[in-house]
Amino acid sequence: MSKVLMKGNEAIGEAAIKAGCRYFFGYPITPQSELPEYLSWRLPEVGGVFLQAESEVAAINMVYGAAATGVRVMTSSSSPGISLKQEGISYLAGAELPCLIINIMRGGPGLGGIQPSQSDYFQATKGGGHGDYRLIVLAPASVQEIADLVKKGFDLADHYRMPALLLGDGMLGQMMEPVDFGTETSGDKFDHAWATTGKQGREHTNIINSLYLKPEELEAHNRRLEKKYLEIMKQETMAEQYLTEDAEVVIAAYGMTARITKAAVDMARREGIKAGVFRPITLWPFPQRELNEATQKAQVVLTVEMSLGQMVEDVQLALKGRLPVEFYGRVGGMVPTAEEVLNEVKKIVKRYQEAM
Amino acid sequence: MAVVFERPKSLKETKFHYCPGCHHGIIHRLVAEVIDELKLQEKTIAILPVGCAVLGYEYFDVDCIEAAHGRAPAVATGVKRCRPETFVFTYQGDGDLASIGTAEIIHAAARGENISVIYVNNAIYGMTGGQMAPTTLLGQKTTTSPQGRKAELTGYPLRVCEMLATLQGVTYLERTSVHDPKHVRKTKKAIKEAFQVQLAGKGFALVEVLSACPTNWRMSPERALDFVKNQMINYYPLGVFKSLEEVE
Repeated sequence: MSKVLMKGNEAIGEAAIKAGCRYFFGYPITPQSELPEYLSWRLPEVGGVFLQAESEVAAINMVYGAAATGVRVMTSSSSPGISLKQEGISYLAGAELPCLIINIMRGGPGLGGIQPSQSDYFQATKGGGHGDYRLIVLAPASVQEIADLVKKGFDLADHYRMPALLLGDGMLGQMMEPVDFGTETSGDKFDHAWATTGKQGREHTNIINSLYLKPEELEAHNRRLEKKYLEIMKQETMAEQYLTEDAEVVIAAYGMTARITKAAVDMARREGIKAGVFRPITLWPFPQRELNEATQKAQVVLTVEMSLGQMVEDVQLALKGRLPVEFYGRVGGMVPTAEEVLNEVKKIVKRYQEAM
Repeated sequence: MAVVFERPKSLKETKFHYCPGCHHGIIHRLVAEVIDELKLQEKTIAILPVGCAVLGYEYFDVDCIEAAHGRAPAVATGVKRCRPETFVFTYQGDGDLASIGTAEIIHAAARGENISVIYVNNAIYGMTGGQMAPTTLLGQKTTTSPQGRKAELTGYPLRVCEMLATLQGVTYLERTSVHDPKHVRKTKKAIKEAFQVQLAGKGFALVEVLSACPTNWRMSPERALDFVKNQMINYYPLGVFKSLEEVE
């Protein structure tokens, strides 16, 4: 298939359809409303269902019901709406139901603003709802990567029977880029023998549930989830490295911020500073091994985020004190410029000059 | 010898955990009997609530989904929209449906979702140990209204059927009781009617069943029956609030 020019939010919708998703339940919120708007006409065109729910709470529970029947289903929102969905996300994780959740982040806390932000990293990767659970969290940095990761997200969700979250920001959702959606796929190849479809001649009943009143049984369930999560941590990390091989300063950044830092690195290289970018594509599982490999020559790591410093904690955890970790962040919907990041790099180079 | 009474096929051979004098057992049985009579067992998906009926999946011999508190109508919507060929019902108590789940039930009804709802109203939170519900009668003592419910403090009990009857999306609404055999039979008839509405693709149907909670009402099962008959029906009148004929 050839490339088409598309807005990020709409590309999420089209990528979902190309991945065989025919069901969407959502609620309008800026800056992601183009996605439900797109699917409201596009899904019926391919025989699917688009339903605008009365609330985020209802939407995620519709997803829970749909996922329980073994179909590919998606919902989307932006930060405050994702907070409302946390109850349902915890239940989806507990009941081991696959689905894809989209968060096009805006600034917070509270009503916050409607401009791009990355301040939901903790919520996405550390469990925004209650209980011991994880989400597979994917962070695209281009419209093309949206298309690739939507497909990947559905596959991972189906494979591991758990919700996956695509974490973008308002900038990614709103910008237009050429995109190739590739070949169409579906969730058919995955086993759905567990789904509630009516017994249809089965001896046993299928039950979708997250309640285990006996502590021994709940512990066994928790352990089963843990085993799955450990497997994912081993198998599914993804990251991009940009000029890190000889880099003395490695910038760790994800999503749109990583693109800005790449521009900063190009500028730094022209001034003779050996800088590079490490971009986690999976935020959970966090690519710890890859980060350590990318920082073999580094003297310092600079984490850049549109937050007060969230992913930086995972960077520190991954490096285990091996390298100093600096942080630069813009918040409230303010987007760092490449020049700002370059300035930070220069300041850091000055500070660590002796080591370099 | 002819068998005149047996366990409905759609009930598993599991003993109910319900308290003596509780009506959930009767209502479960009625639902199962209707599922059998309409030959729905193989295509039914039951959505269970949080509350005393939370373990319904241990009892109903059909595919079951356990929903979060109050969210059963949204879950049922997701199921029915993806699998319109299945038969989908929710089974919810008054804390679940009339308090934490008011948004979900009202909007499922307003959309005319083609689902059936069994709403069991016993005017109290049973599972959590007898706290005040939105349906608790004025003056009724509960663990969170120890002096009796006062309107000045917590307002008035919610009449769900009357409220939903104003919605155009609703096809069938009836309030029944199970405090004596005559009303048990009437309840079964109402459940059957509601299920047939869905089978005909005619939209949203709800049966509210007034039921007793002797344990949390601190009453003997016999006195609890009197409370349903004399107090609850007085505030929650029985009858059909909306029917298919009326809608058509």
